[in-house]
Amino acid sequence: MSTADPRRHRRRWTLSALIVTLIISFVGAIALGSVRLSFPVVLSALLGGEAPGISHEIVRSIRLPRALLAASVGAVLAVCGAYLQGMFRNPLADPSLIGVTAGASVGASAAILIGGGTLIGGLSLVSLGACIGGLMAVWLVYRVATGLQGTSVATMLLMGIAVSALAASATGLMDYFADNESLRRMSLWRMGGLDGANSARAGLMLSVLAIMLLAMTRTSKALNTMLLGESQARHLGVNVERLKNQLIIWVALGVGVSVAVAGSIAFVGLVVPHMVRLCVGPDHRTLVPLSALGGASLLLVADTLARILLSPTELPVGLVTALIGAPFFVFLLIRHRELIR
Amino acid sequence: MTRLRIEQVAVHVAGKPLLLPMDLNVAAGEVVSVIGPNGAGKTTLLRAIAGDVNASGGRVLLEKQLLSTIEPRARARQMAVLSQHNTLEFAFTGFEVVAMSRGPHSTGRVLDVQICHEAMEAMDVSHLAKRFYPTLSGGEQQRLHLARVLAQIWREQDARERLLLLDEPVTSLDIGHQHQLMEAVKSFAATGVAVLMTVHDITLAASYSDRLVVLDRGRCVANGQPQNVLTEALVSDVFETDVLILPHPKTGKPIVVGNASCN
Repeated sequence: MSTADPRRHRRRWTLSALIVTLIISFVGAIALGSVRLSFPVVLSALLGGEAPGISHEIVRSIRLPRALLAASVGAVLAVCGAYLQGMFRNPLADPSLIGVTAGASVGASAAILIGGGTLIGGLSLVSLGACIGGLMAVWLVYRVATGLQGTSVATMLLMGIAVSALAASATGLMDYFADNESLRRMSLWRMGGLDGANSARAGLMLSVLAIMLLAMTRTSKALNTMLLGESQARHLGVNVERLKNQLIIWVALGVGVSVAVAGSIAFVGLVVPHMVRLCVGPDHRTLVPLSALGGASLLLVADTLARILLSPTELPVGLVTALIGAPFFVFLLIRHRELIR
Repeated sequence: MTRLRIEQVAVHVAGKPLLLPMDLNVAAGEVVSVIGPNGAGKTTLLRAIAGDVNASGGRVLLEKQLLSTIEPRARARQMAVLSQHNTLEFAFTGFEVVAMSRGPHSTGRVLDVQICHEAMEAMDVSHLAKRFYPTLSGGEQQRLHLARVLAQIWREQDARERLLLLDEPVTSLDIGHQHQLMEAVKSFAATGVAVLMTVHDITLAASYSDRLVVLDRGRCVANGQPQNVLTEALVSDVFETDVLILPHPKTGKPIVVGNASCN
């Protein structure tokens, strides 16, 4: 009998489609904006050529770092989503589920209230506050869910809800006591934005992405068996507790850093892995890298639209991700209804 | 040759004894079935051996080595476990589910694929290889998982001391597949595997097992060859219902039928 995998062609096809999409959206992100650049100019700027005018300056110091940041943040969020959906064995899990987004909001709001302009080592106080808030939320969720028997995924889920509720009331309180100026900044932060992009931030985010993708090669197979259930995975020789610890640390790192550099961007972590799974199946060895490609493209497109839709005003990118992603997600759900259970 | 040796294993959960101190041996090549009413501790016994619950006393030995001290991957090459409930909500294909069994091995892709196909053949699930798991019926899913645990310890070359634990493997199967499965498990045991399983259907257990172990309220009340263990008095007492035990017209193996309404 044949061993042909029914999804092999779709895997190849999806991989090529995602790579092409990523290239197009990357070039688009650099070419489009309040100053429109032609393709040859973009190419020569990227390849280090010399040309008159400010166009190369725009590409190299503004658009390239921002495009790299958008791509790496999108990729990291999508990879984190794929990890969490695997760990929770729930295709609807996303990074906000373990409280990281809500915790980051508290941290960012507190930093804005204290006086957000301060810079510490290239990152603003708001970024640091967001990162610390997010990590503290994950730590709290994780500590409560971990007992003598190991980490209970069900408790983590409930604890994530509890921490998110607590964080929501804390941010609500700060909203209430904030003056108009701070209130505006807080709500803008919550919608996410990549306007703080620079090459340092892009470099940081790219290294986080590289770490997560390298780690992935060793855990994807184990994460597949986790989908059967924790004791089933244990019987297949997987060190389940260690795997869960690793995943939590990577997700906390990935989401914590991306929140610090880009604010809270919902939806990418939930929807991208889900869409990729619908196309190529649940095997993490293909799901994780393809999710990274998809997340990068989605955030690049969203950020480009955020910059040009109401140019020269910028929209918050978090609003745009939901605007593009949600209808597409609904379309996929309708098409693949029988496969989702 | 004793493959699995259980010495004074007991399980308490929240102060309540689920399993009283118990001894049990299973030899290589032997099929032992655990029977007993609901809540008698059958699943708890299997889970204690598999390490899913912590025993409050006693020890479990696989060929003189403490099972809990074997390195996880090495243990997975020796012992395969089929749990009672297997939920998988992701759309893996049937073949992908079975192929997960080869994770603890480093036998190479070609051999792994071949082993998975052989195990699927034995469980009559070859035709499900390309189907998506969530679209299969409960019985088909159950047989796929069985093929998975068989493939996990398929070859003697990968691990000499092999143990198979099955928790109610036949419960959701039709009569044809029930017998096919028991037949397959029996011939699998004959390749040198020790098999310990829980079964609800006493007649089925009696006709395919070398030995029956009867549990009642966490205690082992009988252990021996089916025809010696299965007496009307014992079965009626343990299951709290009147039964008749008849010899099978062809094999002579005991058949247990309910007799409650005939009095």
